[in-house]
Amino acid sequence: MGTRKTIKRRGAGINIGQNVWIALDAMMANKLRSALTMLGVIIGVCAVVSLLSVGRGAEAAITEQIEGVGTNLITIIPGGQVTSVTATSGHNLTLADAEAIEAEVRHIVAVAPEFRLSAQVAFEDNGMDTLVIGEMPEYAVIRNLEPAIGRFISQDDVDGRERVAVLGSQAADELFGGLNPIGRTIRINNVRFEVIGVLAEQGAVGMFNPNTYIYVPLSTAYRKLASGRGVTGGEYLVSTIMIRAETQEAIDDVIAQVESILRRRHRLDPDEDDDFTVISQQELLGMATSITSTMTVFLAAIAGVSLLVGGIGIMNITLVSVTERTKEIGIRKAVGAQRWHILAQFLIETVVLSATGGLIGIALSGAILAAINSTGALSADLSPEAILIGFGFSVLVGVFFGLYPANRAASLHPIEALRYE
Amino acid sequence: MSERVVIEAQELSKVYHMGKTEVHALRGVSIQVREGEMIAIMGPSGSGKSTLMAILGALDVPTGGRYWLEGEEISRMSDRELAIIRNERIGFVFQQFNLLPRNTILANVTLPLIYGGVGARERRERAAKMLEMVGLGDRLGHKPTELSGGEQQRVAIARALVNEPAIVLADEPTGNLDTKTGAEIMSLFKRLHQERGITLIIVTHDPEVAAQTERVIYLRDGRVVEPPEGLLTGAKPQEVDDGHPEDD
Repeated sequence: MGTRKTIKRRGAGINIGQNVWIALDAMMANKLRSALTMLGVIIGVCAVVSLLSVGRGAEAAITEQIEGVGTNLITIIPGGQVTSVTATSGHNLTLADAEAIEAEVRHIVAVAPEFRLSAQVAFEDNGMDTLVIGEMPEYAVIRNLEPAIGRFISQDDVDGRERVAVLGSQAADELFGGLNPIGRTIRINNVRFEVIGVLAEQGAVGMFNPNTYIYVPLSTAYRKLASGRGVTGGEYLVSTIMIRAETQEAIDDVIAQVESILRRRHRLDPDEDDDFTVISQQELLGMATSITSTMTVFLAAIAGVSLLVGGIGIMNITLVSVTERTKEIGIRKAVGAQRWHILAQFLIETVVLSATGGLIGIALSGAILAAINSTGALSADLSPEAILIGFGFSVLVGVFFGLYPANRAASLHPIEALRYE
Repeated sequence: MSERVVIEAQELSKVYHMGKTEVHALRGVSIQVREGEMIAIMGPSGSGKSTLMAILGALDVPTGGRYWLEGEEISRMSDRELAIIRNERIGFVFQQFNLLPRNTILANVTLPLIYGGVGARERRERAAKMLEMVGLGDRLGHKPTELSGGEQQRVAIARALVNEPAIVLADEPTGNLDTKTGAEIMSLFKRLHQERGITLIIVTHDPEVAAQTERVIYLRDGRVVEPPEGLLTGAKPQEVDDGHPEDD
């Protein structure tokens, strides 16, 4: 005879491309079922990708805002670190502290103590509740503020305790609409102030929106608005002291000097904690970013739960599919499919299913983000990182939840599988 | 035909456990098949035909006894080795045809070559050649459901032969076909057997099918026994092609 050829071929006899094709074909043959199966993954990936992107967008906005203010900035607020139980001793930062800092600390450009109070502000019939801040002229230097129209508070205003006010852009809009506010009179807690300037629009930081603030001379704030709350034991209290260091490198040195002066002035023993908090803009940036990232990751993790549920859906359908296709598995085994051939076939099917769901979810998320962007409330773009994470997780879900059904299929005994009807 | 022994089985036994009861499907079956033989395995239901066929086809392993296929002992092989044996040395033809309904008949015939690691172009060529040989060369792109039962069985035969196996095992290959189509399938088998020297083992109930083979192995209660008198009308049981001595 001699027609028999004993050719030993034990190579990797399975073609991934072909299996992907078979899987896509099976998906198209069962469109509704595939769509329903993928739904969980679509929703999960869409939620994860959208939240990650929105979170990154918010983070970028905050970073931009804080950096825009300048990185040489140091802020001192009363009260110790929140971590300390004993250090919540209220308002203990005074104008004299600020003056001492200005007089003693080296390598600083300017110091601006401020006093904040909430007040009712009105122009004719338009009223609003907002934050009124008693400021020194140095504030404009420290924050790089440029009035859009008019001017900022001057030293003369402070010295003369003038009743003048500078409006944030949004406050100006709300009170005056389209009118030019310069020279007009507003009432702050029923005290009349003349508007001398309107600030250019600034970026909002979370719930703090400086555009609604109104600035008056610090001395005027104590005299006309604080109604005694600003003074205790003959000392003027301040809400914040802002300092601009000469350079970024000088910041650590400036902070050390400030701390030593304040500890001395507040008569703190060496074993006592600070009763004030010094935050550099760098730290603020770090804090804000870490809070947003934590929030983002937390929300994305919650969204990830729906991805998990989607994975269980895929596992469920694949188990049904394995049962339905028992005969097919038997046939494949009869013609020589090895265990791993069947395993790979079903795994590829689940991965194709979940990865397709992932891609649809990413596309959907892109549409949602575009819709959010078009409202102008937030700028969030589909970040490559979010796409990668979304797609990666959808593939992982496919592998993880496909393993059990695929293993079940691969373990079928050829005889029993062939007899299955 | 040839003196070369393809199948050598000694004292094969198979015990199934159905709950507490033991079912002895095979109780010591010894057979020998030479290269190029065409034989029938017959026997009443429950005689162990299917079990014997599963073991000879490397779909299952015996509980006792030994089995060599082309000199290689496969009665103690692992699942993976058995899969390779099925892929390279054995071709199956089933009563139910057992084609993959969603794939074209060309893809169905390519299947064993895929698992054998044959390249795409060669797969296509060999599968197309096989389908041409069984007379379906012009239907390559059709799905099994678009074909008649006889045509589907010819696809199954092409699939069984495409890897040039040592033996072809056919389990009631005409059982689902009408008499005329069944006869066509049998003549295809005989043609392939004569032209290509294929070693063919047919499990069947049908004496007319068995009568067209060269030798009948008759099973009863898990043992090889003499066929009942007059089983094969017009055929002489145990008559062997060129008269070399019978085994068992």
